[in-house]
Amino acid sequence: MISDPLNLIITGVGGQGNVLASQILGKALVKSGYLITVGETYGLSQRGGAVLSHIRISKKEKLGPLMPKGLAHIVAGLEPVETLRILPEYGNPNVIVITNSRPVHPLGVIAGELEYPDLDVLKKSIQDLSSKLYWIEATSIAMELGNPIMANIVMLGAIIGTKILPVSSDDILQEIKENFPQNKWEVNEKAFIHGFNLIL
Amino acid sequence: MKPIVLNQPDTSYLVIGNEAIARGAIEAGVDFCAAYPGNPSSEIMETLASVSKDLNFYAEWSVNEKVALEAATAASFAGLRAITSMKQNGVNVVSDFLTNLTLSGTKGGLVLVTCDDPGGISSTNEEDARPFSKLAEVPMLEPSNPQEALDMTTFAFDLSEEIGSLCIMRSTSRISHSRGNVVFSPLPERKRIPSIDPSNLRNTFPVALKHQTVIEKLETAKKIFETSKFNSYTGSENPELLIITCGTGYLYSREAINLLGLWDKIGLLKLGTTWPLPENLINVNLTKSNNILIVEEVQPFLEDNIKSIYAQNAINLGLKSFFGKSSGHIPKIGELNPDILLNAISKILNIKYQFQDKEYSDKAKNTASNLTPPRELGFCPGCPHRASFFNIKNALKFDARNGFVSGDIGCYTMAIWPTGFKQVNSVHAMGSGVGLASGYGKLHELGFNQPIISVVGDSTFFHAGLPPLINAVYNKSNFLLIVLDNSATAMTGFQPHPGTGINAKGEPTNKINIEDVCNAVGAKVEIVDPFDIDNASKSIYRLLQNENGVRVIIMRRKCALVQRKEGGFPYKVEIDSDKCIGEECGCNRYCTRVFRCPGLIWDKVSGKTKIDTVICVGCGVCAKICPKNAIILKEVKRND
Repeated sequence: MISDPLNLIITGVGGQGNVLASQILGKALVKSGYLITVGETYGLSQRGGAVLSHIRISKKEKLGPLMPKGLAHIVAGLEPVETLRILPEYGNPNVIVITNSRPVHPLGVIAGELEYPDLDVLKKSIQDLSSKLYWIEATSIAMELGNPIMANIVMLGAIIGTKILPVSSDDILQEIKENFPQNKWEVNEKAFIHGFNLIL
Repeated sequence: MKPIVLNQPDTSYLVIGNEAIARGAIEAGVDFCAAYPGNPSSEIMETLASVSKDLNFYAEWSVNEKVALEAATAASFAGLRAITSMKQNGVNVVSDFLTNLTLSGTKGGLVLVTCDDPGGISSTNEEDARPFSKLAEVPMLEPSNPQEALDMTTFAFDLSEEIGSLCIMRSTSRISHSRGNVVFSPLPERKRIPSIDPSNLRNTFPVALKHQTVIEKLETAKKIFETSKFNSYTGSENPELLIITCGTGYLYSREAINLLGLWDKIGLLKLGTTWPLPENLINVNLTKSNNILIVEEVQPFLEDNIKSIYAQNAINLGLKSFFGKSSGHIPKIGELNPDILLNAISKILNIKYQFQDKEYSDKAKNTASNLTPPRELGFCPGCPHRASFFNIKNALKFDARNGFVSGDIGCYTMAIWPTGFKQVNSVHAMGSGVGLASGYGKLHELGFNQPIISVVGDSTFFHAGLPPLINAVYNKSNFLLIVLDNSATAMTGFQPHPGTGINAKGEPTNKINIEDVCNAVGAKVEIVDPFDIDNASKSIYRLLQNENGVRVIIMRRKCALVQRKEGGFPYKVEIDSDKCIGEECGCNRYCTRVFRCPGLIWDKVSGKTKIDTVICVGCGVCAKICPKNAIILKEVKRND
């Protein structure tokens, strides 16, 4: 590992499935012999608000469910504004950012009270705040595979594709089998591999 | 077979704190579980209920927390092991029974788990339930991670049986909802047979004498706690600063000391047994340093009680400086995090640190401030509540007598915000919306002339809505009660309640109809579908005008998330962009600006509404409100 602890954030909007993504990742890491803490917020935030998972990986000790400010190694976002929202608090010049490009408009934007930023401006801003940015069409890929909800698995593939986490794609593919019914295995494997290959 | 019942020792599993608590109860051989859902506690009972058939113990979702504790206590009186779990507000509900039960004592192990919600992430209040352990004079434990949550749960049953008292375990959101490595122990053989000896009286009399036995039980607990493995000391034996902490504060403290590299200057006393406090252990540790920082979530419970122990022994301990919430080093509100610890330690020891790249974070703040529109909470796409509050809003507007809504607890609490058109005026405890309405509805006799609506959810109606409803009918109060019946305890994860006809194990049971209950107490009932916009608004308006006692409308429509699990909605929604003329429509852009459904997008470029095909679930309500009929519904067979 590039650091112990290794700190990862997965962010998104309620209903996008980032809790499941962090769960699959965490379980695979535990089976690989790591001490894992995943701090999650759910409850009210499932109702259209931002949902944030702190994933802390260590060989040495069990860590708290919230990481200290400015110390994220990877920020993965299922929604680009949510990705940017994380960076002032947890980002740093070395942070690697992977984000889905598809917006989920906040209600204030839908109502015309707030502006959703121009995507090119948003991309460039995140780029300026990352050591490396992977800007991924995870939702489009998932829709081509039949269901937009699989964007979380595409993103998981991309996270593993960076080769920064001490876990292999086979470990995750095995975990996908344990977390989905058999009729969903193949399509989720495809989603994962698609995401993984985007980083190569 | 669910992982939570696996029997593979030495294997590490990744589970959330609440699952670990459930596993702890299973490893303790729990016989009887009863709870009412509430974040962040719900997954404890969900986990237990899901395996109760396989493991042959009893599990129920009770009508409210007090009944849950009473039912669990019956099992304890019969010699069985029982557990109940709740959020902090639930402890308020059980407190009357709890403070009597203390005197009467218990037989089989009885554990009450409270999951507090520092910062009120999903609560109406920020409340520390720990003072209830002191108030009721029962022992309390506080885990600091999921593994400890498991170990403490099994220990709590043993302790409860050893001293004959209920035992409280206090978790918080970050313990209950964080995942961590947990190692399971083997599951026990189940052997207990329930029986009650009728000559063994279970009551609180004679009160003062019984109180004496309570004091003695607590003394026994204190002795056990003095050497408990749940209390530990790490760090310097001569520290400049002694940190005393519990719960989440332990891991955050460790991380802060690691980052600052200060294990040679700091001692860390972690307390897992937080009531009664192990006095000798604390006194011994207080001798180590003259600077004490106390770290905990919500109230200064440890802080105040440790200061009391110190005062009793100050003559031997000498002068000490205490830091914590009282001194302002630890915030009095909100959750803890590692940065609060870094900040407090560096202030006390007068050192400088900088782990966050300031130049970067300033730049990021500047960039993000203009490009990250806030994301307000809202009803899900297809949620019946959005339609219900839209109907309420229209009826109140039409009525034009300054009417208002007395609100309650559930997803529909969010109607205080724009997603529910800010229709809800007040929210307090479960059922309080109906109680307040019962009072508002008597003010007409004193010159009040505004119409009143009370909204209550189906699960809340059974939990705490019945006494105020009966009070209102009996005292001839005047208001319109709208039961938002989405056939689930939706906010906490769709647990069944008496109106659903299903029990915690998923078996069919006697369904109790809300309309039958209302009719039985003498309140007239109408049932409407909130998606039937025209009819629902008119019904509300008509019953607002007809001011004659308590009128009830049941707005009945399944929770959208449940509906989607059951095959979804019937429509594919499209915009006829020739008909949609956006700003020029005169409709005030009803669908996006007013109705605010997340499945819609306002496209400024074309000046028209679009459907977000990823988010729209096809409920079709927007088509009914578009004055130009520009929203087209195509019937589809969905299977989400």
